[in-house]
Amino acid sequence: MTTTSDASPSPPVVEMVGVGRSFPGPPQVHAVRDVDLAIDRGEYLSIVGPSGSGKSTLLHLLGLLDRPTHGTYRLDGVDVSELSEAHRAELRGERIGFVFQAFHLLPHRSVLENVGLSMLYQRVPRRERVQRSRDALERVGLAHRVDFDPGTLSGGERQRVAIARALVGEPSLLLADEPTGNLDSDNVEAVLDLFDKLHTEGITVAVITHDDHVSARAGRRVRITDGTLSEAAV
Amino acid sequence: MKMRRRLTLRDLVDEALSGVAARPSRLALTTLGTVIGVAALVSTIGLGQTASGQISDRFDATSATRVVVEAGERDSPDGAVQATELPWDAADRVARLSGVASAGTFARVAVGGANVRGVPINDPSGSIDHDIPVTAVTEGLFDAVNGVLSTGRFFDSGHDERGNAVVVLGRYAAERLGINRVDAQPSIFIGDRPFTVVGILDTVSHRSELLDSAILPMGTAESLYGLQAPAAVEIRTELGAAQLIGSQAALAVAPNSPELLSVEVPPRPGSLRDDVSTDINALFLALGGLALLVGGLGIANITLLSVMERISEIGLRRSVGASSKHIAGQFIVESVVIGFLGGLIGAAAGVLATVGVSVVQDWTPLLDYRLAVLAPFLGAAIGLLAGTYPAWRASTIEPITALRTN
Repeated sequence: MTTTSDASPSPPVVEMVGVGRSFPGPPQVHAVRDVDLAIDRGEYLSIVGPSGSGKSTLLHLLGLLDRPTHGTYRLDGVDVSELSEAHRAELRGERIGFVFQAFHLLPHRSVLENVGLSMLYQRVPRRERVQRSRDALERVGLAHRVDFDPGTLSGGERQRVAIARALVGEPSLLLADEPTGNLDSDNVEAVLDLFDKLHTEGITVAVITHDDHVSARAGRRVRITDGTLSEAAV
Repeated sequence: MKMRRRLTLRDLVDEALSGVAARPSRLALTTLGTVIGVAALVSTIGLGQTASGQISDRFDATSATRVVVEAGERDSPDGAVQATELPWDAADRVARLSGVASAGTFARVAVGGANVRGVPINDPSGSIDHDIPVTAVTEGLFDAVNGVLSTGRFFDSGHDERGNAVVVLGRYAAERLGINRVDAQPSIFIGDRPFTVVGILDTVSHRSELLDSAILPMGTAESLYGLQAPAAVEIRTELGAAQLIGSQAALAVAPNSPELLSVEVPPRPGSLRDDVSTDINALFLALGGLALLVGGLGIANITLLSVMERISEIGLRRSVGASSKHIAGQFIVESVVIGFLGGLIGAAAGVLATVGVSVVQDWTPLLDYRLAVLAPFLGAAIGLLAGTYPAWRASTIEPITALRTN
């Protein structure tokens, strides 16, 4: 595995070169410093670090939710640093599938609608949205829950709905932020098994966590400390 | 930058409707202000239209066709006329005018203190004497005041010319005299003079004093009691002709001194309706507008609250590709939907209120249907105005901030 790569016929999904993000002070905070990171297609990566290490900032940068103050970030070979906000929003919806610790499911909307939401802004025709949402729910083993209200589901099921929502748009990168933080141990295993399965199906997965047990399931681990990234032993 | 892929309008409306429908009790509270405002507006305009419609109806039906020419009466209240006497044929002169449906003269008759009684007995105690006023009219007057008989007939111009001793009793006069049928040709006595009762007058539209009195032909009153001149000419005009007849009647009756006659014409119906409408509308439109303002502020307030509550939803939508415009659009459409619903319910309530008040008042409800159609859109416009600021606030929320709230 390499941390950087150039000029390959199929560019890496993520390619960060010298990326930093500082917040204006006082005092000025360098949340992420000089990060070089490449994630190849089909890779299962975990980013570990204690809280305050710059983990969240890195996640926001990877997910196009924030812009680096310096350095270059290419997503699927496209330099996204200079794009307009509207274009970045579009890319985000198209290429990134988010999984959050807090699930962020809409209450009062069915499981199916929640999954379909991530295609809403991509102009996927309605009929196709329904079909693809059903397929994605089947993929995460929740075909029997399509018409349920998220409020009636268990935590593990909710997170699987969120994962289906992240998958349904066929993103280049599944970006999970402490996906097991709100789950009990049984559900943690179920979600991690699902990530393993998705990995074997060829999905590129990046999991950000402070939990070594969770990160140990990934094929590659990087550690972030004080905003600086380093490869870690698996 | 132009979005290559946009949210379709249908999707946007669907999302907004789901957002609105998710909190029904809050929806009810949010729409309340608009409901009250629009209802107040619709019902006040509706009631204004209804009321002025009733007023003009009444004038059109009766008063708007009534013209009265009078003389002398104000000079001496007891009925004796002096300088400005009406001629005996005043009614005929007026009837020649185009637009007059019928005309007749009227006078009160001084019978020299004689009492009216139903039986020819001289009763010193006076217990059978009645203090019934005596009036005199020409045949045409019955028609001019829309007279209706309960029994018998009116006297005619023949009785008038011959000075026959016949009488038509007003309804209340007949009751007091105990006369309720005329087929046996009952007589009454004015002083010692007998008169044959030919009919009983049941209703009139004007000059209701006729119902209390014994009514003689004008010629009879002249020959028996020395009546000097009629006191008034009652004219019923064709619809819409009252103003014209009013301007011509005095000249027709007294060509030499028209200025000495007083002519009473109904107010111009249009001006009356306008007066009523502007008074009502100015007041109630102000109230309705105030209610709408409050309603709009209510929507703005609650939409703003809703934005703050749904920060994580905003963050999620941004993370699945919604631009800040999409977010603003959704909240705008939500508040437009809320305003539209409020306008719809308010319009229905306003129409109901108009109809309800009309039923209680026995009015014919009048409402411009365009108002009912327009009201929901007025509500939507208020929603649009009210939603602009909260939607802008929602669009400026950073997705990072939004997703941090766990």
